[in-house]
Amino acid sequence: MKPFRSCPTTGFKVHRAADQLIKANAVVATVALLVGGIAAVLVLLTRWEAVLLLEAQMFYRMLTVHGMNMLIFFIIFFEMAVLYFASAVLLNCRVPAPRIGWIAFALMVIGALMVEWTMWTGRADVLFTSYVPLRAHPLFYLGVILFAVGALTVVGHFLAILVVARRERTYEGSVPLVTYGALTAGVIAAVTLLHGAIIYIPTFLWSLDMMNVDPQVYRLIWWGLGHSSQQINVAAMVSIWYLLGALTVGAVVLNEKVSRTAFVLYVLFISMASAHHLLVDPGMGPSWKVWNTSYFMYMAVLASMIHGFTVPAGTELGMRLRGAVQGLFGWLKRAPWGDPGFSSLAFSIVVFGFVGGITGVTFGTEQINIIAHNTLRIPGHFHATVVSGTAMAFMGITYYVIPLIFRREIAFYRLAKIQPYLFAVGMLIFSMAMTFAGTFGVPRRHWDIGFNQALFQPEFTPAINLIMGVMAVGGLIAIAGGAIYIVITVVSVFFGKRMAADDSGLGATGRGLPPGITHPPRPLTPEDGEALKPSGRLGPVPGTMVLVLIFLAAFITYYFVNWKLLSFLWQVG
Amino acid sequence: MYRTGIEPPERIWWKKVGRHEKVWVWIAFAWCMVLFAMMPLWHLRGGQNPSGIRYRVTPADYQARVTEFVREYQTGTDNGLPVVEPPPGADVYLQASQFAWIPVVRLRQGVEYTLHLSSIDVNHGFSVHPLNINFQVVPGYDYGLRVVPNEPGEFHVMCNEFCGIGHHLMVGKIIVEPADEAAADEGGDR
Repeated sequence: MKPFRSCPTTGFKVHRAADQLIKANAVVATVALLVGGIAAVLVLLTRWEAVLLLEAQMFYRMLTVHGMNMLIFFIIFFEMAVLYFASAVLLNCRVPAPRIGWIAFALMVIGALMVEWTMWTGRADVLFTSYVPLRAHPLFYLGVILFAVGALTVVGHFLAILVVARRERTYEGSVPLVTYGALTAGVIAAVTLLHGAIIYIPTFLWSLDMMNVDPQVYRLIWWGLGHSSQQINVAAMVSIWYLLGALTVGAVVLNEKVSRTAFVLYVLFISMASAHHLLVDPGMGPSWKVWNTSYFMYMAVLASMIHGFTVPAGTELGMRLRGAVQGLFGWLKRAPWGDPGFSSLAFSIVVFGFVGGITGVTFGTEQINIIAHNTLRIPGHFHATVVSGTAMAFMGITYYVIPLIFRREIAFYRLAKIQPYLFAVGMLIFSMAMTFAGTFGVPRRHWDIGFNQALFQPEFTPAINLIMGVMAVGGLIAIAGGAIYIVITVVSVFFGKRMAADDSGLGATGRGLPPGITHPPRPLTPEDGEALKPSGRLGPVPGTMVLVLIFLAAFITYYFVNWKLLSFLWQVG
Repeated sequence: MYRTGIEPPERIWWKKVGRHEKVWVWIAFAWCMVLFAMMPLWHLRGGQNPSGIRYRVTPADYQARVTEFVREYQTGTDNGLPVVEPPPGADVYLQASQFAWIPVVRLRQGVEYTLHLSSIDVNHGFSVHPLNINFQVVPGYDYGLRVVPNEPGEFHVMCNEFCGIGHHLMVGKIIVEPADEAAADEGGDR
C-alpha cells in the first residue's frame, strides 16, 4: 500500500500514518465521552433533588469520573487528533515518526486506564481537582503523569511535523490559519502539561509519604494545569471554528494579521490563568489577583472578542462574496442550517460567547468572585464554554472527519442533522439554569442541598427546586443529544457504508454526507471581491457588526448587574 | 483576494486592517480597560474586597486559638456546638474541619469584626447562606476578613468545597442581632 492517499474531496495528500493516528485518538476520545456521559446521567439525576438517585459516596465518585473523563480524557484525546489533522493533513505532510506517535498514544491510554481503575474502585474519591491533602491512591497521580507525558510527546511530534513540512516544502507560503491556531493550542498544551508535571510529580511522592505538599501551592500550580488546559480547548475550538467555516460555507479570513495576533495573545498570558480559581484564597494578595485574573489587563479576553468578531465576519463575507448579499442577515437566512457542521459552528460561537464568555469574565473579576466562587455559577459557566463551545465544535467537525478521514458515510444522517440542535438547546437550558441557581448561592459539588442529615438546615427559596428541575430537564435533553452523537459516530465508524478511494461524494444526494462535501462552497476568484457592492456605514460585514454590538450590550449589562448584586452584601475586606 | 482558514496565505500576511474590523478591535480593547479598572476602583471605593489579613498558621496553633476564643466568650450551646458572643470589634475565630464549623457565632449588626477562617485538615469552602458570600478555607493559612454584618438574622455557613464523603453535612451558624436591640443590651449593661 502506498504511504499516501489523495483525498478526492479536498485534494489533500494524506499520510496513512496520520489517518491511523487520528482515528485511534478520535475513537478513544469517544469512549471517554461515553464513560463520562454515563457518569453525567447519574450525577444529574442525583442533583435533581426530586430523584436523588445515588448515595453520597457514589455521587462524589461519579462526579470524579465525570470530570476526569470529560475534561481530561475526551477533550485531550480529541485534541491530539486535531493536532495531527491540522499539521499532517492540512500541510500534505508525512508523519515523521509514526512509532513515537503510537508510543505516546499507548502512554496516554495506560495512564487513563490507571486513573479509571483507581476511580471506579473507590481509591480516588477526590474529585477532578484532587486538592491536597485529600488523598487518592498513588496510581491515580501516576496515571495522570503518564497521560501528560504521552500528550506532551504528541505536542512535540506535532511540532516536528511542522518542521518537516517546511523543510520538504509540502505547502506554499505560510501555514494556514487553522494550523497556526492549532500551533498555539500546541504551545499552550506544552506549558499546561509542564504545570501538570510540576504539581503531580510531588503529589505522587506525597501520596507515597516521601514529601510534603503545601495545599495553597498545590492550588496555585494545579490550576496552572486546570485553567490553562481550558485555554488549549479555546485555541483548538477557535481553530475548528475557522475550519468548519471554511468547509461548510467557504468562510474567509478578513485579515490574517488580526486573527493570528489574537491567537498569540492566548499564548502570551496563559500562565496567569491559575488566578481565576484563587481569587478568594488566603494565599495571595489583591495586586497579584487583579493582575493575574485579568491576564495582564484582559488581553486574552480581547483575543476572544476578536475571534468572536472575525469568525462570524469571515462567514458573512464568505457568503456575501458568493451572492448572499440581501439585507443585514440575508446570509444567515441562506446559511446551510441543515448541515450539522454549520449548525454546530453557529451554536458553538453563540453559546460560548453569550453565556460562557460573559459569565466567565464576570465571575473571574476579583471582587465579583465573592458571589460566584464554588457556587453552581461556576459549572454553569464552564458547561457553556467547554461543552456548548468546545465539545459542540468537536462534534460538528466529526461530521466531516468521518467521511474525509474514516472514509465512511454518516449513519442515521437525518438524526445527525438534528443532533446539534438537541445538544445545543439542552446545554443552553442546563447551563443557564445552573448559573441562575448559583446566583442564590447553591453550592457546586454537593450531594444534598436539602441538608436532610446536617446539623442545621439552611433553606433555599422554593424557586430553587423549580430551577434545579429545569436544569435537570435541560441536562437530559443535552444527554440525549450526546447519546445520539455517540451512536452515530460508533455506527458510522465501524459499520458505516465505506467510500471508495476515488469517491469524492461531489454532487451526491440522499447519502450520509454533509452538504459541505456534496456541494462544497464555490472557490473564490479575484473578481468576486470586485463584484461585492461598495459597503455602507456598517462596512463589508454589517450583519456581524450588529451582532457584536448586541453581544457587547449584553456583556456590559450582565457585568454591572453583578457589581450591583455584590454591593448589597456585608462589608467585607 | 480572500482565502479560507485552511488555505496557506502568502509568506507576508502582515497587511493593513480594514476600517470596521479595526473599530471593533478598539471597542473591545476599551471595554477590556474598563474591566481592568473596575477592580482597583472597587478596592478604593467599594465595600466588598477579598483582601483581608493573611497569616500562615499550623493547624495545631489555629485549633488552640479557636479553643481559647471559645473558652473566653462562650455563652451557651446549640446542637452540641458552643455558641460564642465576642465583644464588638473582636477577632472572631472560625474553625473548619471534616465536617463541622466551630463555633456558632453571635454578632451585632453594623459592627466591624475580624473574622478569621482556617482549616485544621483539608480545604473547605466558607459560604454564608442566604447571602452568598464565598471564601476559600485552606489549611495552613489564616484568612482574616474584616466584616460588617449589615442586616440582622440567622445565617448558615455551608461548606462549598468538597472535603470528603460527609461534605454535605457540614453546616454552621452565624447569628446577627439587630443594631437597636444590641444598643439596648448595651444600655442595660450600664
